[in-house]
Amino acid sequence: MIELNPYLPEMATILETVQETPTIKTFRVRLDDPGRMQAFSFQPGQVGQLSVFGVGESTFVINSSPTRMDHLQFSVMRAGEVTTRLHGLAAGDKVGVRAPLGNHFPYESMRGKDIVFIGGGIGMAPLRTLLLFMLDNRADYGRISLLYGARSPEDMAFKTDLPEWSSRGDMTTVLTIDREAEGWEHRVGLIPNVLLEMAPSADNAVAVTCGPPIMIKFTLQALKKLGFADEQIYTTLEKRMKCGVGLCGRCNIGTKYVCVDGPVFSYAELRELPNEL
Amino acid sequence: MVMSAAAYLPAPKLGEWLKELSVRHLVLAPQARGDAVVFAPYAEGGEIVLDRDATMPPKQAVFPATEELLRFRRVKDPEDPGRVDVELSASQPAPKTVVFGARPCGTRGFLAYDRVYRSPKTTDPYYAARRDATLFVTVACTAPGNSCFCHWVGSGPDDASGSDLLLTPVTGGFVVLAVSGRGDELLGSPLLEPAGDRTAEAEKVLAAVRAALPPAPDISGARDGLTAVFDDMGFWDEVSAKCVSCGACTYLCPTCYCFNITDEGDGLAGRRLRTWDNCMSFQFTLEASGHNPRPTKAHRLRNRVGHKFSYYPALHEGAVACCGCGRCVRGCPVSVDIREIVLAAIVRAARAREETAHD
Ligand SMILES: Cc1cc2nc3c(=O)[nH]c(=O)nc-3n(C[C@H](O)[C@H](O)[C@H](O)COP(=O)(O)OP(=O)(O)OC[C@H]3O[C@@H](n4cnc5c(N)ncnc54)[C@H](O)[C@@H]3O)c2cc1C
Ligand code: SF4
Ligand code: SF4
Ligand code: FES
Repeated sequence: MIELNPYLPEMATILETVQETPTIKTFRVRLDDPGRMQAFSFQPGQVGQLSVFGVGESTFVINSSPTRMDHLQFSVMRAGEVTTRLHGLAAGDKVGVRAPLGNHFPYESMRGKDIVFIGGGIGMAPLRTLLLFMLDNRADYGRISLLYGARSPEDMAFKTDLPEWSSRGDMTTVLTIDREAEGWEHRVGLIPNVLLEMAPSADNAVAVTCGPPIMIKFTLQALKKLGFADEQIYTTLEKRMKCGVGLCGRCNIGTKYVCVDGPVFSYAELRELPNEL
Repeated sequence: MVMSAAAYLPAPKLGEWLKELSVRHLVLAPQARGDAVVFAPYAEGGEIVLDRDATMPPKQAVFPATEELLRFRRVKDPEDPGRVDVELSASQPAPKTVVFGARPCGTRGFLAYDRVYRSPKTTDPYYAARRDATLFVTVACTAPGNSCFCHWVGSGPDDASGSDLLLTPVTGGFVVLAVSGRGDELLGSPLLEPAGDRTAEAEKVLAAVRAALPPAPDISGARDGLTAVFDDMGFWDEVSAKCVSCGACTYLCPTCYCFNITDEGDGLAGRRLRTWDNCMSFQFTLEASGHNPRPTKAHRLRNRVGHKFSYYPALHEGAVACCGCGRCVRGCPVSVDIREIVLAAIVRAARAREETAHD
């Protein structure tokens, strides 16, 4: 085996799984080599490739926080071959991990600012890592608010986190679903509309958003109305990827390779890219 | 061009010389296979085809169409039979290889690879191992075809960049010029004779070929032109109208380096492979949500041309990711011509600029 082979995954063991929603399953994993796990470091927003050998590899954001390194967490929405096979795995099973890959949220330049998180569906995953990181460095940031929406109560992921996020005094959490549902005690309405009602101030603030394309489109419009400039809005892109290290040519938007130059971009950066999202 | 040493190889000794090189190297040389000319392992008596460019470039010498990235094996944990471990292994085979008889454009294609696969940031160890083990004995081109345009992209029929030896056909044989240290070492063969005045003859041959080339249009405006027409989907629909998304252009291209990664095997053991990929296919960028950022062949051709003449040069100090070999032009079943597209983009952008200036 050769050192520095960017294609060679590390073996890892699944410690625990959580069936978040009918289509999203969370995996907490540790690298098998204790030394490598000890030395492993990443930044909020970076991704990993998970391997099911014989089926393939897929990209997922590491949605745990670098401040909590007892495990690495990935949440996987069932979409096709690899994700379906991943859903079949349980605690004790092996996966291959290539991580960390890609860039990260500019959490340094976000210091001292108010942070508005807006997540839709599985798009909550990349927000979770940054949110946890900020909560663990709470004094560095201003007001933190989270708006998380899903189609229905059963489509809400990260249910184990939600009670804590909702009850903390140092952040505001708003949960919403698209349509009324029995027993639902939170908001009802589409994310962009709820965001407009929340009306967070754009003053010295940064918005971080991720979700399905249609939600992003209207959320951007809402943020604009609230006075957020493109420079104040960050998102993560989800281009199709293979190598993850800028070689295979799969993930480019013009001169940018989402796997190394992304997945995190500000809207000011996206505006400069060719219109091929 | 750095010229260190030259020698002369009489044409009748070519076979013997290749045989000699075969003792220590896998020698890949252009040979006829049906209608096609491909780089195949040389065997004694093999007929070398040099009067037309090989149908396939020599890229599989360094970048095989299918290559193993790793092997996996599932093994039961002896202490806990309920547990299954996975063993991984990977190796970078690097057979000592000589690519003989590529034209300068075919050899030069690897320079486009090098900037990506051996960038300061990342090295592709599989590519690097093969690349380091491969020598290029290039034959200067004395018969450019009408689909060739190497001289548009800063090259020419005697361009030795990327080569170890450059052979120039002269009366009765070849002048052999060493253009790298490793090439120098090959000049020690007893089959080679002193070049003498033949070097001057070789210079004349090459000067004649250069002089016979049709004038090259100025494509320095390609980057700006392609950027300017990016959103002009009418333009891209027009230039891609004939395209059938077959991907022949990408597979035949000596500078196309995109690859796919797939697994094969049963539940117990198998391999992870990489294979040449094709950006002209709908699946290339199809996302899990069903969204496709390049839904039509117009979008895909835009990316292929844009990558070679705009994005890649922007990232690599102006170097164009096309060596002008013309294979995509010759190999396209419906004659899509990348030269025409680049020129048309430059013209269209210039016209648009004029129109705005007049408004
Ligand atoms: C930077 C990044 C971060 C991501 N983070 C997450 C995450 O945290 N959780 C999550 O559930 N998903 C995430 N994804 C999407 C996830 O990678 C794809 O859903 C997954 O690769 C599909 O794999 P599959 O083998 O199951 O699908 P396949 O069987 O390969 O294909 C099913 C469908 O998915 C498409 N597809 C394949 N690979 C990708 C890909 N990489 N991106 C988009 N579409 C793809 C195919 O074109 C096809 O339409 C992320 C993607 C990227 C690029
Ligand atoms: S070879 Fe021609 S038809 Fe085939 S994908 Fe390329 S441009 Fe299109
Ligand atoms: S794009 Fe066409 S002409 Fe250019 S290197 Fe590739 S095959 Fe040759
Ligand atoms: S995924 Fe291979 S270049 Fe980005």
